[in-house]
Amino acid sequence: MAATTSDEKLLGLWASPYTTRVQLALKLKSIEYEFIQENLQNKSELLLQTNPVHKKIPVFIHGDKPICESLIIIQYIDDTWTNGPSILPSDPYDRAMARFWAAYIDDKWFPLLKELGGAQGDEARASIVEKIFEGLVLLEEAFVKCSKGKALFGGDNVGYLDIALGCFLGWIKATEIMTGIKWLDETKIPGLVGWAERLCSDSSVKDVLPEAQKLVELYTMSAGLEKGVSN
Amino acid sequence: MAEELKLFRTWSSPYSLRVVHALKIKGLEYETIFEDLSSKSASLLQYNPVNKKVPVLVHNGKAICESLVILEYIDETWKQCPLLPRDPYEKAKARFWAKFGDEKLSSSIWNVLISQGKEQEEAIAAAVQNLKLIEEQLQEKKFFGGEKIGYLDIAFGWTANLISILEEIIDLKLVDEEKLPLLSAWMQNFSDDPVIKQCWPPRDKLVVKFQAMRESNLKTVLSQ
Repeated sequence: MAATTSDEKLLGLWASPYTTRVQLALKLKSIEYEFIQENLQNKSELLLQTNPVHKKIPVFIHGDKPICESLIIIQYIDDTWTNGPSILPSDPYDRAMARFWAAYIDDKWFPLLKELGGAQGDEARASIVEKIFEGLVLLEEAFVKCSKGKALFGGDNVGYLDIALGCFLGWIKATEIMTGIKWLDETKIPGLVGWAERLCSDSSVKDVLPEAQKLVELYTMSAGLEKGVSN
Repeated sequence: MAEELKLFRTWSSPYSLRVVHALKIKGLEYETIFEDLSSKSASLLQYNPVNKKVPVLVHNGKAICESLVILEYIDETWKQCPLLPRDPYEKAKARFWAKFGDEKLSSSIWNVLISQGKEQEEAIAAAVQNLKLIEEQLQEKKFFGGEKIGYLDIAFGWTANLISILEEIIDLKLVDEEKLPLLSAWMQNFSDDPVIKQCWPPRDKLVVKFQAMRESNLKTVLSQ
């Protein structure tokens, strides 16, 4: 094994929203780390060793400990680096809400965006588009409840749900460009539109989120991007 | 302040059972509301409008949904008999394997239930491979949580109950004492625990239910 220069390593892909999540968490906690860009067509030995079960990115390696699954990694970072700002809320009920909505995003909402990419025919597409908008309306309600009148899901500071949903903003904007559909429509989801603007201009976030145009170029170049990208 | 705890569940839902186990281990008093999922109550729809499912835990009027989220809420709110490990890395591993159990493992077990012949043989091979991965997490411990039942034991609890029912229905052994000795022992230890034992749904009813699921899924496949 090669000599390690850093105690913290992140195996990921610049374009993967799940990798972006971990990068956001690391930035929030001001943690220095080595980023190792994976090639999913030719997975590294390190990836296969550290995530033998799923063989997917992101994997966060802390010393000799590999942690997999983006939301689990974020919680690990929050539990381990306790002198920085907290990512999860402190109240158990608020934490439960954050976990619930993050699971909703991963299990129910984002799969719809992926499904849209593969949809055949206008009727199928229209049905998925409707479901995506319904999901956004639910997330709008979640934003109102969780933010409690403040700027972000986490209140004044970037928190768990800001990361869990915010990581998709590059792809949401890229999809707007490619489909012509305005997902971030202030007439439908004004709270979330305001949130997205504030989050994207936050100093901890703006250099970490991939640019929408770059994602469009990537998507048009390679059809099989989602292969091997984990939650 | 008097705590008000309500649990919306069904008689058989393994996810609901997780919450029952956690509440009992913590020694908490609660009211049970049994739901009929073919005719959901207005309360359930009010408390879980997004997924409309059980379990839902209502604590002093606030609803928490999704069994693993509920487990963490219970553990963070009531500090006696901790369920999750203290160490962040051990916690991360427990969460990882609970997710694996709910995703890869449960779908592979489901595939065994609803298949037959060669397809079933392949499904069994895949399920056993997943069970071996779970067994590796036990190492030489009595429970995944160590000496006592913890979060991961509760998360995997459905295997201790439902796998033997599946085995009875298909007349084949999935968790062989020789091939999976540690997991086999764990299932026995978990099932024998006095808190867990009193909560199992009636076995004969479960056999009937899963037999019916198998038959209706096989019929669907044959008619395609």
